[in-house]
Amino acid sequence: MSAIEAVILTIITASTPLLLAAIGELVTERAGVLNLGVEGMMIMGAVCGFIAALLSGSATLGVLAGLVAGVAMSMIFAFLTQTLMTSQVATGLALTLMGLGLSGLIGESFTGQPGVKLQALAIPGLSTIPFLGPVLFGHDLLVYLSLALTGGVSYVLFRTRLGLIIVAVGGNHHSAHALGYNVIGVRYACIAFGGACSGLAGAYLSLAYTSQWIENMSAGRGWIALALVVFATWLPKRVLIGAYLFGAVWIMGLYIQGLGIAIPSQLLSSLPYLVTIAALIIISGNRTITKVNTPACIGQPFAPER
Amino acid sequence: MILLLERRTSPSRAMTFLSPVLAIGVTVMIGGVIFSALGLYPLKALYLYFVEPLTSLWSIEEIIVKAAPLVLIGVGLSICYTANVWNIGAEGQLTVGALFGAAIPIYFTGWQSPLVLVLMLALGAVGGALFAAIPALLKTRFNANEILTSLMLVYVAQYLLDWLVRGPWRDPQGYNFPQSVPFEGWQLLPTLGDGRVHIGAMLAIVVALILFVMMGRSLRGFEIRVIGSAPRAGAFAGFAEKRVIWFCFILSGALAGMAGLCEVAGPSGQLQPTISPGYGFTAIIVAFLGRLNPVGVIFAGILLAISYLGGEAVQVEFNISDKSAQVFQGILLFLILACDTLIHYRIRFVSRKVKQA
Repeated sequence: MSAIEAVILTIITASTPLLLAAIGELVTERAGVLNLGVEGMMIMGAVCGFIAALLSGSATLGVLAGLVAGVAMSMIFAFLTQTLMTSQVATGLALTLMGLGLSGLIGESFTGQPGVKLQALAIPGLSTIPFLGPVLFGHDLLVYLSLALTGGVSYVLFRTRLGLIIVAVGGNHHSAHALGYNVIGVRYACIAFGGACSGLAGAYLSLAYTSQWIENMSAGRGWIALALVVFATWLPKRVLIGAYLFGAVWIMGLYIQGLGIAIPSQLLSSLPYLVTIAALIIISGNRTITKVNTPACIGQPFAPER
Repeated sequence: MILLLERRTSPSRAMTFLSPVLAIGVTVMIGGVIFSALGLYPLKALYLYFVEPLTSLWSIEEIIVKAAPLVLIGVGLSICYTANVWNIGAEGQLTVGALFGAAIPIYFTGWQSPLVLVLMLALGAVGGALFAAIPALLKTRFNANEILTSLMLVYVAQYLLDWLVRGPWRDPQGYNFPQSVPFEGWQLLPTLGDGRVHIGAMLAIVVALILFVMMGRSLRGFEIRVIGSAPRAGAFAGFAEKRVIWFCFILSGALAGMAGLCEVAGPSGQLQPTISPGYGFTAIIVAFLGRLNPVGVIFAGILLAISYLGGEAVQVEFNISDKSAQVFQGILLFLILACDTLIHYRIRFVSRKVKQA
């Protein structure tokens, strides 16, 4: 395997969890809900996916468990913010704080155990082509799923009736309600979708990225995914570009460390967080870009008048 | 049966006080269920968690030591959240404050004078405030989301600390351990009693009381509340939202920085790779549990300090991870938010038929 091949492969592995979580959060935010619990749902997906895979011996079951954990976490958030109309910011923070604690508690006895690795799908004939084979066809299920989801979400949001309803609910919930759409129901569904994607992102971390459980292993990726949605101005295509850009930054830090250049490793490790801040400055400073696609009702609770 | 929320004509005063009590009660009940699910005697575990920490002088002192930073950070955050300014990077501001203050004993190892302590405290506040000024600047100048920027900076601060204690600030006589020189004499906070409770606790109470008066009695406090609840009305009254954002970040950053300095110049007595067990994040819960009221925050800080101790006690007795404290704290925050719904809404259960009619 050539060095370039290896770099491309690691960038794909680093980008996939960011892409999965960000695309899910994009749908949630398009429906007008800001869920700051991505980090908490992701870490719960990671720990549940890891344990399920280890106990059953099946990585596929692990992936499913991660998905279920993400959805379960998101439903706590949905019940509080949609039914009880609590503050979305505070509830999302609570979800992250509890997820980080609960995952540490559940996963403590599994720390450092060798896990089950999610195997690459070997596509006969294609995977063995030199260079292109491993780079394009040598990945696991979740890598392809993340790409398919990006395309699918883009199609559904902008080309279908369902997408129109979601965008309408996020853009003006009173009008959507007046048209007869079930605002709360749509939001529940979009929050669940976001939870599922975050859970998958977490499962990817503990089954494919490292195949072991380490406490706090999401390391702020959930927050970076949230920033990615802003960076992408709520457009799925740009989420894809952004996720791979951030994945590349993450890997770049590791490679520079490997080259033995005299830069403190801590500076390189903090690079993804600094780049996230820089990206937010560049995008948010330009109000014309952000205003167009920002869901107008984001973060606002909806109480139908009776 | 479906659950229906009915808006009250005016917020319920009784519920404003009852809701945190209700939330704590339900948290304890959920805790009991979890403990019995784990096969433990729920009453024994709950006793260890919430009562035993109050039964010995040693643990009461320990509660004060842990509550001090929580209250100090929590009051700052409560004012931020009242103004709808979402500073969630207090953990980072705590770290940088500790680094600024610690620079004095590290660069002037032998310097002993009361001035050293004053300077350290001041530098702690300055460090935290400067670090908090970054998200404030990005918010006011570039409109960048302060939740995300302040949180990203937590990671940056922790890597900065890690680099310093393993690199330039490592104690040359420290057998290569990642820690700074131990602080001595005036480089440490004066203590009360048998030597663990430090003046940080008094500082926290004084600050909370001053801010309580400021929020209730001054124009600045009024401005913060108006900007938080009705920014447009505030703008018509001539209040500048940007000024409030700056004020909230600088204030809460300075308090978090002081809390960080109190940790390194108090309980730990030197810089280590970890300064706090997540006080900056737990303080978010403290702020909400305290009803975003500086005096309420004092009580909330004490309660969450008890939960830290309870977590350790249960770990010793039943060999469960002390992470259980974090889970309790998370559940508590959920329940506070849920119970706060009762302030503005009445819950009614209606059968489906009635609703359709």
